[in-house]
Amino acid sequence: MVALLIALLLLGLLVIPVAQVIFVAFQDPLTGAATLQNFADFLATSLFRESFWNSFYVSAMSVVLATIIALPLAYITTRFHFSGSIIIQSLGFIPLIMPPFVGAVAMQLIFGRNGTINLLLRDYFGFTIPFMDGLNGVILVQSIHYFPFILINLSASLRNIDRSMEEAAQNLGSHGLRLFRRIVFPLAMPGYIAGAALVFIKVFDDLGTPLLLNVNNMLAPQAFLRISSIGISDPMGYVISCILVVFSVLSLWASFLVMRGKDYATVQKGGGGTAKRELKSSEKVLAYGVVIFILLVVLSPHIGLLLLSFGTIWSFAPLPDAYTLQNYVTMWEGSKTYILNTFLYAGIAATLDVIIGTAIAYIVIRTGIFGRKWLDYLATAALAVPGVVLGIGYLRTFHSVDVPFSGKPLASWWVIIALALMIRRLPYALRACTAALQQVSLALEEAAESLGATKRRTIQKIVLPLMTGGILAGFVTSFATAAVELSATIMLVSSNSDAPLAYGIYLFMQTPSGRGAGAALGIVAVIVVAIGTVASQFIIERDKKLKASNDVH
Amino acid sequence: MTKAGIKIENVHLSFGQTEVLKGVNLDIKPGEFFAFLGPSGSGKSTLLRAIAGFGPNPKGRILIGDWDVVGLDPWVRNVGMVFQSYALWPHLRIRDNVAFGLKERRVPPEQIKSKVDAALELVGLAHLADRMPNQLSGGQQQRIALARTIVVEPKVLLLDEPLSNLDASLRVQMRRELLRLQRQLGLTTIFVTHDQEEANTTSDRMAVLDDGVIQQVGTPQELYDKPSNLFVANFLGTANILEGYVETDGDQARFVTKTGDILSLPQGGTGTNILLRPQNISIQQQSSANALRGKILHREFLGSQVRYLIDAGGAELVVDQTHGGGREWLGTGSKVYLSANTSNAVVI
Repeated sequence: MVALLIALLLLGLLVIPVAQVIFVAFQDPLTGAATLQNFADFLATSLFRESFWNSFYVSAMSVVLATIIALPLAYITTRFHFSGSIIIQSLGFIPLIMPPFVGAVAMQLIFGRNGTINLLLRDYFGFTIPFMDGLNGVILVQSIHYFPFILINLSASLRNIDRSMEEAAQNLGSHGLRLFRRIVFPLAMPGYIAGAALVFIKVFDDLGTPLLLNVNNMLAPQAFLRISSIGISDPMGYVISCILVVFSVLSLWASFLVMRGKDYATVQKGGGGTAKRELKSSEKVLAYGVVIFILLVVLSPHIGLLLLSFGTIWSFAPLPDAYTLQNYVTMWEGSKTYILNTFLYAGIAATLDVIIGTAIAYIVIRTGIFGRKWLDYLATAALAVPGVVLGIGYLRTFHSVDVPFSGKPLASWWVIIALALMIRRLPYALRACTAALQQVSLALEEAAESLGATKRRTIQKIVLPLMTGGILAGFVTSFATAAVELSATIMLVSSNSDAPLAYGIYLFMQTPSGRGAGAALGIVAVIVVAIGTVASQFIIERDKKLKASNDVH
Repeated sequence: MTKAGIKIENVHLSFGQTEVLKGVNLDIKPGEFFAFLGPSGSGKSTLLRAIAGFGPNPKGRILIGDWDVVGLDPWVRNVGMVFQSYALWPHLRIRDNVAFGLKERRVPPEQIKSKVDAALELVGLAHLADRMPNQLSGGQQQRIALARTIVVEPKVLLLDEPLSNLDASLRVQMRRELLRLQRQLGLTTIFVTHDQEEANTTSDRMAVLDDGVIQQVGTPQELYDKPSNLFVANFLGTANILEGYVETDGDQARFVTKTGDILSLPQGGTGTNILLRPQNISIQQQSSANALRGKILHREFLGSQVRYLIDAGGAELVVDQTHGGGREWLGTGSKVYLSANTSNAVVI
């Protein structure tokens, strides 16, 4: 019964909109007949061909740059006794707590043509570096924002390599770079590929950053512009959406293929845990140098945003002219609705996410309902659907459906924004709930049942309380990331009074005079996500301790 | 192959504030199969890893042949080590795992092939050369780990609890195989284990370690028969220890227990404990010379033997009787006499 309800929900909010998008892409806009003409048109337009290559180039280069940032950080923190390790492991996540498009503006002010760095370079050395010009800017912003995906996965992989793996190689005469190349990196490869694939998709699909940097010759912005300027009947937006979906699915699939059968987690019984060694003092200086440099670059959007939010005027100068709190006042007056809307939408989305996530987890793990795996696959498939595509799909599917009793189309009703966010964050919540349920031993349930509790009571009294930590963590993560989502919401916001925070920032950033207030709102967004991240970490840690103290093995 | 001995001179080693090895001295002869035996935390694995060059640098000297290796990187020592977890690299085929060390030594490819084949042949797994490690059973992985180590012709072979991840029957088979290979290659070998049976059955000599200190060194038989302290006595086999004192009267020596029972000794000695192995005590119905009064507390049937736990001489003694031969089992609570064969008894 519950399973059927969830299946219908996923069908209506995920499958049909996406299918609709793909369907329209293959449909003649006038006659409605099936055709490949739209794709031919796409390929015939030089702007689209250019956009495609740009998107591809930017994604690939972002992976490269993100790797250059993440690799040393991951290696140094997992392989050496390095006092900065904790700082790196926590600071390394800071980029993730800021929506990339928020950082984009701040980075423009620091690395842009007339930004801090280039002004200083011009004054002292007489040359400038085009960090932020065109595609470079997108690559820089994206790689700084998304490198933690590689850092997290790569660090986890490196940490999972048992020290005996390396010691065995050293024992047989290998060391240094050769050891890294022949043993360490191949063993960490699955984690690296997982992270790199994620970065690739995220960058390929991202709408906010290119839009704010005014780089329109990429796929996602083109889809957005076609739909928002020409209208939802223009087939090009759908063709582009199709391509985005195909690429997302392909890169997820490719990373799945590479990972298959290569679970190299080698920490095992009789092993020695991870190998860590002391740094020599010359190595220490080098390591600190590299780490501090990378962290400065990584933190630059935050520093820039903070300066911008407290600055009066910041233009053609390395730093703002003077400092003020005025931006926060303006922001508060102008964006109370945005903030309230955000809490409303993200709250609804996250609540639904954990309810559905828990239900799916229970159905998949504990029941034998036919097709239960498909619920899991379906919910997870949302990962491969770019926000822009979901937004376009909703517009197309729901614009002809009216909200009961109001006569307005469903597509412009605010609830649809919350539902879109719900679908977008469902995979994360589902993973958290599944993990939480897997930790509840079946024996605990059986014990309750043998003492006379019904299935229903068992779930209520035993399973759910034990899952609370995981569910809560899932809620917080979903909430925090939904709060700063832009790509789907930007398509669905029909009036400013319905707009959430991310859209508000986008609006503010459109005018130079609004940038200060926009930055202030950005700081609010960062704080919301930061609190969410810290809270979910805290909940998970506390939960772990609780479970560990009950463990009698 | 040149045989190298290992000399360990006054080795101290600490993890931070904790001293794990407290002045270890050992002289392992070339070609010897030597066991480090001790409970977990005794420092035996730490000592082995120090010989291979892993872990913090120790104080003191570790000589392989005449070469002091303390402070040298592990990759220059040419010491072969087989890890407890086998540490086969999961991304390399068996052949490439075994060839790894040869490639590091820049051995020409055609020689690598023949050496790898020979090594795999030696452990009887040549037919698995093209498999991946996760396709092999635990015992097979163990042999490959061994092949990978001996193919580079190390000066000495170090085995860190090599049998602990195998199931019981395989363990017996593998330890015989290890011994056969060691004899065939003549490699000086150190075998770390916490299992006295493994140490007894394989090693020429062994060192019992506890708390970072070597308690005793000798052949398995010496250590069993003449333990130099209570720890060694208890660690090797079942030990019945009675407290008391030694009395000498002319050339007659005897041991008087706490409860006043008297056991004659072949010669005098100093110490306040006497060690009696279960097989050196027999249960009798009548009193006799060298007999202890006792009461049966508990009985266990072990198959070939019946084990009694008997309150006697101020301690609880373990006494084994062979099962069968028409002998009747004794009931719990029965009063009995224990006759002790003290000709080999040790006073500690």
